[in-house]
Amino acid sequence: MNYILKRLGQAVLTVFVVVSFSFALIRLLPGGPMDFLRAKIIRQGGSSLSQEAINMRIEAQTGITADAPLHVQYIDYMTGLLGGDFGESIWLGEPVVSIIGPAIPWTIFITGTALFLGFIIGISLGAFMAYKEGSRFDVGATGVGLFLNSTPNYVVALLALTFLGYKWELFPTGGRYASELTEGFNIPFVLSVLHHGALPILSMAIVAFGGWALNMRGNSIRILGEDYLRVARLRGLSTRRIAIRYVARNAILPMYTGLMIAIGVSFGGAIIIENIFAYPGVGFYMIRSISSRDYPLMMGAFILITVAMVIGITIADLTYGWLDPRARGGGSRESY
Amino acid sequence: MGGSTRAPEEVVRVNPTDDTEPNVHGETDPTTDDPLVDGVGGDPTPGTDRTAITGHDHRGRAATDGGSPVSQFEQTAEFTMSRGERRRQWFEEKLLAPARIVWSDWRARTGLLIVAFYLFMGIFGSYIVAEPSQNQGPRLLGAFKTLEYPLGTTQNGVDILSQTVYSTPAMLLMLTSGAVFTVFLGTAVGTLSGYKGGRFDSIAMTINDIVMTIPGLPLTIVLASALQIEGHPIVIGILITINAWAGLARAIRSQVLTLRESEFVEASRIMGISTPKIVIGDIIPQLMPYITMNFVQQARAVIFGSVGLYFLGVLPYTSTNWGVMMNAAVNRAGATSSPAAFHWLLVPMLTIIGLALGLTLLAQGADRIFNPRVRARHAESIEGDGDDEDGSDPSTATATAGGPTGGV
Repeated sequence: MNYILKRLGQAVLTVFVVVSFSFALIRLLPGGPMDFLRAKIIRQGGSSLSQEAINMRIEAQTGITADAPLHVQYIDYMTGLLGGDFGESIWLGEPVVSIIGPAIPWTIFITGTALFLGFIIGISLGAFMAYKEGSRFDVGATGVGLFLNSTPNYVVALLALTFLGYKWELFPTGGRYASELTEGFNIPFVLSVLHHGALPILSMAIVAFGGWALNMRGNSIRILGEDYLRVARLRGLSTRRIAIRYVARNAILPMYTGLMIAIGVSFGGAIIIENIFAYPGVGFYMIRSISSRDYPLMMGAFILITVAMVIGITIADLTYGWLDPRARGGGSRESY
Repeated sequence: MGGSTRAPEEVVRVNPTDDTEPNVHGETDPTTDDPLVDGVGGDPTPGTDRTAITGHDHRGRAATDGGSPVSQFEQTAEFTMSRGERRRQWFEEKLLAPARIVWSDWRARTGLLIVAFYLFMGIFGSYIVAEPSQNQGPRLLGAFKTLEYPLGTTQNGVDILSQTVYSTPAMLLMLTSGAVFTVFLGTAVGTLSGYKGGRFDSIAMTINDIVMTIPGLPLTIVLASALQIEGHPIVIGILITINAWAGLARAIRSQVLTLRESEFVEASRIMGISTPKIVIGDIIPQLMPYITMNFVQQARAVIFGSVGLYFLGVLPYTSTNWGVMMNAAVNRAGATSSPAAFHWLLVPMLTIIGLALGLTLLAQGADRIFNPRVRARHAESIEGDGDDEDGSDPSTATATAGGPTGGV
């Protein structure tokens, strides 16, 4: 219970730090976003705009009152964010929340599915390779795993787009679903979503599973040599029980931290994938916002990606103690 | 080497205060079934392993062979080695044995050759290949069509081969700076935090977890666009890995948590050796395989990240590189939809895969270099020289941690 509270506190603290950081980045940097915004508004509105009107415009877009003292600006900005006010996009002229909010589930959909697929395929393959250690299958799969592990997912994405998308026209080259369909839980819509999501998901999952497989293989081989496994065999436990309770469990546990980090990495990596497939997720808008120097949208996307990630990692962390009882008693060590 | 030369005279100094020490840690070291360490714990001629008690020579483990009827401190080494012999032995142990191991493993060998090739390309490539310039050749010439432009040309008639080669130094600089930055910071935070524990640990890990949770690439993008930095490769390398150290620090910390309880660390602590010295002398050598693997993996992550972001066109650059080439191929010539420009996209992509593959293989090989069991097999050829315990060789200590450091 104590641990859960502590962990939740940590999550809140992380979000707080990131938001403060983005405030500092927007507000405090000389020649940074603030000055740029001001110059842009003056350029657009001509010299007819009064100082007050400019400040009003800035406030609408960033949620920051430009002429108030710094701490007041900071408090305003934070309370604005708490109320879901991320400012207004310069590029699209809409509130940032109404652009990014709907995009978040799509990003989670492709990254989550890719991570899950890659992990499951990877550990199954890795475990199988460990059991067949030294066989032709093992050597071949290791080679493939090494190669996939050395390929960035956007290279796979570009190749998939070139061949499966443009050349053979098997998959759509952009969008979340066919534009003529209405959103809802019906079969053509779901199929269209899967069809559009297939290439982004595949390109992320394919390169991910090589790494997981190699990792799982190494861990399993190490555990297969452990003494307690010999004891388990001598006790006459069933092969199935040994494979799942003894080998798989102990081999997967060390990868759990890696999985948590991978959640973050794939959230970040999705930015590149989403732009290659013109898939309107959070990362897609984030990159578009940079080319139009749309700071409110960019920071909004950054904050929301972070929040999504903090939630994911917190859940993963809280379940770790349940998976591995040894991890529960932390923090009680002697200090040297 | 320093440790071994001062050994004999220090024996005398330590003797009066310390001679009940050997019995503190119990009888035998359970880890000594390894051929390399064998000599330390159960050596029947206790004349060769004195250094551990006299000075802090990364082991401090000879203290555990207590039970010997004669006080260990009253004996001196039975034979000495000349300087030349020592130098030769050091050379064999530190350079030849690892080199032999690397060469015997096909993965490490291939990895080394690939990375060496890229290094060669980065250092000498500009002397061999002509500098890229516009209208060097015909526009959008395909790959492998002419000998003059083997990899084809871009839309502006720039030779793709020379563009690729001239991008190499910047990329190598970038990945080195990123990897050094991450590994240095990650190791420092992880080892100190794991070893010290207590309040330092909880504060450091709170900060660490916050940094770790922030998504890396988005953070890089935000920083790059807000800070208006110039695109020097070293700066970009650090920017790409700006928060990667936190993940490494976490992983290293969890390994240190088990290491800090081990006998040789306890011995050092009882002897009153300072924390930084224990961390550098006892803990970090144990983690070297893991750290090396991470260095290489981090270098690979820098390539992936930087090329990806350059491809999206969100990072500043001073000279062209592989990511910029890919960006130009897709955005200017539509390389994904028009087959005529596809080679322009393919060449930098294959270049990246090649370097990443070399680094991956090298990381796998690095694991073997540091794995004491593999090392011991190859060191056998020089074992005839006598006491290989004499040099202040921290790698013998690796034997205790050996296997389980494979990791993520």
